[in-house]
Amino acid sequence: MHLEFKVEGGDFSNAGSASSQIKRVLKQLNIDPSVIKRVVVALYEAEVNIVAHAYRGRIDAYISSSGIVLKLEDEGPGIPDVGKAMTKGFSTASKEVREMGFGAGMGLPNISDNSDVFTIDTIVGKGTSLNIEIKFR
Amino acid sequence: MKISEICSLIDGVVVIGDSRLDDEVEYAFASDLMSDVLTVKIQNFILLTGLCNIQSVRTAEMSDVPYMIVCRNKQVTPDMLEIAEESNIVIICTQYSLFRCAGVLYTNGLKPVY
Ligand SMILES: Nc1ncnc2c1ncn2[C@@H]1O[C@H](COP(=O)(O)OP(=O)(O)OP(=O)(O)O)[C@@H](O)[C@H]1O
Ligand SMILES: [Mg+2]
Repeated sequence: MHLEFKVEGGDFSNAGSASSQIKRVLKQLNIDPSVIKRVVVALYEAEVNIVAHAYRGRIDAYISSSGIVLKLEDEGPGIPDVGKAMTKGFSTASKEVREMGFGAGMGLPNISDNSDVFTIDTIVGKGTSLNIEIKFR
Repeated sequence: MKISEICSLIDGVVVIGDSRLDDEVEYAFASDLMSDVLTVKIQNFILLTGLCNIQSVRTAEMSDVPYMIVCRNKQVTPDMLEIAEESNIVIICTQYSLFRCAGVLYTNGLKPVY
């Protein structure tokens, strides 16, 4: 199954709607709740990162019987130093983002923690792509 | 601890989910940082927060958090109620601060996650 979603930068009122819809689909498929939590926590962090740090993006979710593959591609500033961005506590979030409850610098490390495969491809001045894979058992 | 007991300890009002006053919860976590909440590995805890916006309810939804306490009398908006309803989240509002809620509930036996 392939699902796709568009994400708008800065649109905090809709941030999480893709994660919410994917959560519903996984529940209907009777996936183990602890696995669903890992998937939606990783996806939600990645979705909020597009809203918080990029201009716009898209999410493609590929669900099979063995697991889920999530591809998030955005047009945005890119990440100049991925190693630094992956460090707990590092954040460039704006005041507006912090007011929404984000900007702790914990999102990327937590995505990594919750996924079986996690890769970041980024070009400064162009955008960022994430690949997140989680097996169902 | 029963949700009804939590409400009476913190002088809380259930703004959505009042059919679940008899539910029991054992663990609590307090934070205004949503990415912090999203690192909690267990499900089924009560979230204490001063953050009252659509993202705090979304975070509860993604984390499988069935109960949340919003401190310092903040206004729960209709879009927050909508998500809470869809995701079966009980929201309790209190005039107490986050510090006071945490202190009272900890003293009365709610367990910390960490
Ligand atoms: N899609 C993205 N585009 C551009 N920069 C990004 C993107 N995702 C992350 N970053 C950069 O990496 C940093 C760390 O991201 P991370 O998700 O770990 O923390 P955060 O978003 O700042 O705060 P938190 O996720 O804890 O709310 C960000 O502050 C930002 O500088
Ligand atoms: Mg983030």
